[in-house]
Amino acid sequence: MSARARYLAVVRTVAWRNIHSAVRNPALLLPALIFPLFFYMAFAGGLSAVGDLPGFDYYDYNAFQFVFVLLQSAAFGGVFIGFSIGADFDSGFTRRLFLAAGSRSAVIVGFGVAAVIRAAFVWALVFAIALVTGMEVAGDGVELFGLLGLALIINVAFFLFAAGTMTRMRTLQAAPAMQLPVFFILMTAPVYVPRDLLQGWIETVSKFNPMTAVIESGRSLMAGDPFHVLLAFAAAAGLAAVLVFWARTGLRRAEAAG
Amino acid sequence: MASQDARALANGRSAAGRGDNGIEAEGLVREFKKGPRAVDGIDLSVSPGEIYGFLGPNGAGKSTTVHMLTTLLPPTEGMARVAGHDIIREGAAVRNAIGVALQDAALDPLLTGREHMKLQGGLHGLAPAEIARRGDSLLDRVGLAEAADRRVGGYSGGMKRRLDLALALVHEPSILFLDEPTTGLDIQSRSAMWEEIARLSGERGVTVFLTTQYLEEADSLADRVGIIDLGRIVAEGTPEVLKAQIGRPTVEAAPAEPADGERLAAVLERFGERTPAAPDQVAVRLSSGTEGLADVVRALDAEGVGIGNLELHAPSLDDVFLTKTGRRLEGAGEEEETGEHALEPVTA
Amino acid sequence: MSAAAATAPLPRQVRYLAWRSVLRTARQPIIIVPPLVFPLFLLAINASGLDAAVNILGFPADTYVAFALAFPFIQGSIFATNAAGTNVAEDIGSGFFNRLSLTPMKGPSLLAGQLTGVMLIGTIQAVAFLAAGLAAGVEIESGVAGALVLFALSLFICAAFGTIGLFVGLRTGSGEGVQGLFPLMFILLFLSSATLPRNLIAQGWFETVATINPVSYLIEGLRSLIIIGWDGEALALAFGVAIAIFVAGLLGSTIALRERLVRT
Repeated sequence: MSARARYLAVVRTVAWRNIHSAVRNPALLLPALIFPLFFYMAFAGGLSAVGDLPGFDYYDYNAFQFVFVLLQSAAFGGVFIGFSIGADFDSGFTRRLFLAAGSRSAVIVGFGVAAVIRAAFVWALVFAIALVTGMEVAGDGVELFGLLGLALIINVAFFLFAAGTMTRMRTLQAAPAMQLPVFFILMTAPVYVPRDLLQGWIETVSKFNPMTAVIESGRSLMAGDPFHVLLAFAAAAGLAAVLVFWARTGLRRAEAAG
Repeated sequence: MASQDARALANGRSAAGRGDNGIEAEGLVREFKKGPRAVDGIDLSVSPGEIYGFLGPNGAGKSTTVHMLTTLLPPTEGMARVAGHDIIREGAAVRNAIGVALQDAALDPLLTGREHMKLQGGLHGLAPAEIARRGDSLLDRVGLAEAADRRVGGYSGGMKRRLDLALALVHEPSILFLDEPTTGLDIQSRSAMWEEIARLSGERGVTVFLTTQYLEEADSLADRVGIIDLGRIVAEGTPEVLKAQIGRPTVEAAPAEPADGERLAAVLERFGERTPAAPDQVAVRLSSGTEGLADVVRALDAEGVGIGNLELHAPSLDDVFLTKTGRRLEGAGEEEETGEHALEPVTA
Repeated sequence: MSAAAATAPLPRQVRYLAWRSVLRTARQPIIIVPPLVFPLFLLAINASGLDAAVNILGFPADTYVAFALAFPFIQGSIFATNAAGTNVAEDIGSGFFNRLSLTPMKGPSLLAGQLTGVMLIGTIQAVAFLAAGLAAGVEIESGVAGALVLFALSLFICAAFGTIGLFVGLRTGSGEGVQGLFPLMFILLFLSSATLPRNLIAQGWFETVATINPVSYLIEGLRSLIIIGWDGEALALAFGVAIAIFVAGLLGSTIALRERLVRT
């Protein structure tokens, strides 16, 4: 078997194992499913009156919140896979994986593939439920594809963050340490109202938050009025690129620790 | 010796029923839902001041028996009296009279040793000054005086066991239940624990009910031993009497060539009766005792049977267990049955 | 050997178990800090992010932070639920519960003792959240007396939620079981009038859910002391719901404890 074929085999096996575990133990999958749905219902349902505020120009508050929930689930979907890595470190299974795999990075990539597959499932479900509950879609197929692409990059970026953190901490106890920064970066973007309706410290922070560009661009794609899409992709890809380095150095540390 | 033991037993049985610090059980059964009978009819009697060793493999029913006698688990059938109190109707009185150190040390990692003493003593109704006095004394007694103000989360396994024992004694119980108190301890810690248990019984007259899976522990510590397997007592008596009933030593041999197994067995069986052994070995109990070993070796040599391994075993409690159950005690918890059980428990 | 030891009277047992509960709480920063930091963080984000909501016609407060200040009290109580349940589940899992069972400990003393630790967390939270609100410029419309009632109500809500945690911890004996409660309670918190008053919720189904949800009345009672003053109806409903949750939780915990404490 060539080195490339072996690499792909490891990726496939690790991804399969993670998906298989989730299917066998749906409780592992439920938080990733329920929370996006719940946030969508809570924000779109409970705060829909915000959509009538003067200055709120977006075409549909449901769609406004849907984009945030999609990207939030992409981010947390990547982070939740990090829990699997942490659990494997706690049980010692990572050592088994590292011994069996020729290239250890293939193990991490395998987890990443699982993250994308699980996230895609969640997105499909949230999208379906949003449509059924009356969300209007103004973007065309290409624009929606662009939104999906953004979500994919965010999923990968936050997975890399989680992988880098878990390979450094090597225990599931580090889970809260992972979730809090992700929560912060998401919630300091324009979550409830567009940026020009934000006031106070959060308006300042959101200006510099890379997720702001991603969310705003995502919403513009949903609205069929693309805005700063390249900037958004660049921000997302830039974040992912930095986090590749984070993940790689984390893996080196994990290997060195044995 | 037998008559002395019988007298002691008779005294013990009557003493246990008079409300002293004895233990008496009749027909104790514990069934779990959708499970087997963990305890299947236990009769036992522990005299006041006695150290009673309850010996058996993992899963034999030792801990379940202890849980019932200490009122943590109601029996499905049967009765027992501990310190003269019925375990079902007088649970609170039983708990007041006993100290218990269960299989898991069950300590709070966030509290210090001294704080554990304070909590335990306080719940038992001791005055703060008395808790402090007894706590200091007990912690010193078990070698934890210096570590008393450290959180238990930082204690070693041996330290936790010692603290567990000290906590069981804070209210000065007359009966002590110890569920595998030395499992997982190093040799020194184990020896120290044995010394303390022996001292408690010898100097202070505490009745000790000790469960163990270690032969040496039961052999050296216990006044009397009850051997339990699959929920029933299969043998009971002093270690010396139980071993004497097995009597003669056993020779165990393995052939150099596996094909010679039957020839080896044929030779050995001329010198005694066959006893159960490991699959690749043959064991017989020598009719003529230790002196017969030389004859065995000569006979094997004469028959040209090559020997890979030859051992002579003085009778042990493991041999008692093997005789009664067809299995060795060590590892018996994980093995399937291979032999027949004795129909009647042996008592002495 | 001494005669059989005495049994500590119930108040004394409660005192010892409460002492242990307080010690354990104080020694685990992880169960004190997140219940403080996270709700304050969310308050800061929501207060800033949703400040524009005060422009909705009929919005009952001048600033969103005043409107939202009640939210962290309830959110903090959910963390308290978690702490209470997890502590008792850990005791069961580690065998410490058996140790306590072998003493003359009575069941009610265990429940009361565990709730004491919860109340400690609740006290720290209430002080922190009130202080944060005042620092953010919130004026308590009901004055000093109202602040005291707010304090008392929040502690009572904490205790009420604590009994739910105790029930789940005793029933399942498992930390994972208690953790599983957390998302459900979070959902209950958000599907309420936490973010907008019920009369301003535009989606009919959401308004219905919020009206049925008992958490809405707890939030509204706390909020009324901050932005309205003395609203007898809101307070009566809040205390009524808190009492109902407390009684139900306590009853459930007592039954679960009785089943768990199978000693004879």
